[in-house]
Amino acid sequence: MITGTETGLAFSPRRVAAMMLRYWYLLRSSWPRLIELIYWPTVQMFTWGFLQYYIAQNAGFFARASGTFIGAVLLWDILFRGQLGFSISFLEEMWARNMGNLMMSPLRPFEFIAALMVMSVVRLSIGVIPVSLLAFAFFGFNLYGLGLALVAFFLNLMLTSWAVGIFVSGLVLRNGLGAENLAWSIMFLFMPLTCVYYPVTTLPTWLQPVAWALPPTYVFEGMRALLIDHTFRPDLMLDALGLNALFFAAGTFGFLKLLQSARRNGSLMQTGE
Amino acid sequence: MPAAPAIEADHLVKIYKRVHAVDGVSFAVAPGSITGLLGGNGAGKTTTIAMIMGLIAPTSGRVSVLGAEMPRQRYRVLQRMNFESPYVDMPMRLTIRQNLTVFGMLYGVPDLASRIAELAEALDLRDLLDRQTGKLSAGQKTRVSLAKSLINAPELLLLDEPTASLDPDTADWVRARLERYCRDRNATVLLASHNMAEVERLCERVIIMKRGRIEDDDTPERLLTRYGRRTLEEVFLDVARGRGEQREAAQ
Repeated sequence: MITGTETGLAFSPRRVAAMMLRYWYLLRSSWPRLIELIYWPTVQMFTWGFLQYYIAQNAGFFARASGTFIGAVLLWDILFRGQLGFSISFLEEMWARNMGNLMMSPLRPFEFIAALMVMSVVRLSIGVIPVSLLAFAFFGFNLYGLGLALVAFFLNLMLTSWAVGIFVSGLVLRNGLGAENLAWSIMFLFMPLTCVYYPVTTLPTWLQPVAWALPPTYVFEGMRALLIDHTFRPDLMLDALGLNALFFAAGTFGFLKLLQSARRNGSLMQTGE
Repeated sequence: MPAAPAIEADHLVKIYKRVHAVDGVSFAVAPGSITGLLGGNGAGKTTTIAMIMGLIAPTSGRVSVLGAEMPRQRYRVLQRMNFESPYVDMPMRLTIRQNLTVFGMLYGVPDLASRIAELAEALDLRDLLDRQTGKLSAGQKTRVSLAKSLINAPELLLLDEPTASLDPDTADWVRARLERYCRDRNATVLLASHNMAEVERLCERVIIMKRGRIEDDDTPERLLTRYGRRTLEEVFLDVARGRGEQREAAQ
């Protein structure tokens, strides 16, 4: 009989905790890593915050749509930093030449992924919570005022960021650090298509179906509906959740296939470029 | 009835594109033995060990470890084995204690604090436990890697050049610790090395590889007699330069 122990499906919370502890020790030991988590979200928030402040004084629509830019910046950071938090924890193992030790240990791929997911939330919280407080202090934008909608936005954006992070990690595992740039840049492909700062109707008609195929589009549309029309759209959140389930399954499947391929071509032993 | 082999490789082949890194290797390693895997650069030692660990899937052939087929059934046995290699490092920013704690948890080691203290004592790491791994000397790092490879008290230990880049005194010290561990725990060791003196001292059997194939496989004493040499280094040079084949052809 084939058991979970044989197939790698067995799940040990202790091994997940071991990996989280490993990343926590690393974060704690390096203040530049901690600063980096806060630095870019703060720069982003101030840049867009002041831009919105300027536009709001000069355009009636934006005066009514108060907070859409800052809201978009903060939600974009959840998406981008969520994926980066996942990918950087993974890349730390490549940079440390520790992947062989992990792959040779009883750590299962699903446990590794679970630890990376939790760490992406930890890293994101370190960056986004102080910045959201700054947004309130400087621009009067209360992210937490979004209430339950924020939970739906956050959940959907995190699911997308994990799906992309899992897939990119598989690519790095298979192709070595030569694929590292993807971890930093892939999410920017989502930025114009998911309509972070403008409605989907702004895109050419032929591009709109592509935008609607991406879960974050529903979140940014939902945010605008909430901030401009003061309407929460659960239908958009459910659509995003459905798409996210597909993205997550595809990301995990891709990771496992790339891991299998890495085992075939020997790249688990060669973690350089 | 003889005990089942700890490692059994059967016509193991690994081809990268057109390169035959390992080309039809078969051998069995008895439990509780120390076997040396000798060979020059590119002989296929590291690839063979990586297939035994389940890190690389063979192109053909099969390898079983402690009764589990690798890499398919690796999770059945990974908890009972461990390895050390110069191709992997311990995370540099973590202290020795933090690293050993993380790996101890990954391997499900019970009473981890005691095990870390025990290893620190045995490997002379007690005063270094709270120092960052990246700030250690090469010799100290090797001892830390050794501590990691022994954290789960493995039945099977795979060592890839465990004393590379160590001075003779430290290398000798490491060999003595390894010898003691194997004697005390009746552990099986497969040791890939370039260091002939190390292999001669530690191993009761030597497998010599060249261009992905096994060129010879015997006890050190019998290899010395057969090649008419005084040291394994001379035997190794004979094999590397093809003198073994010439001798066989002449005979």
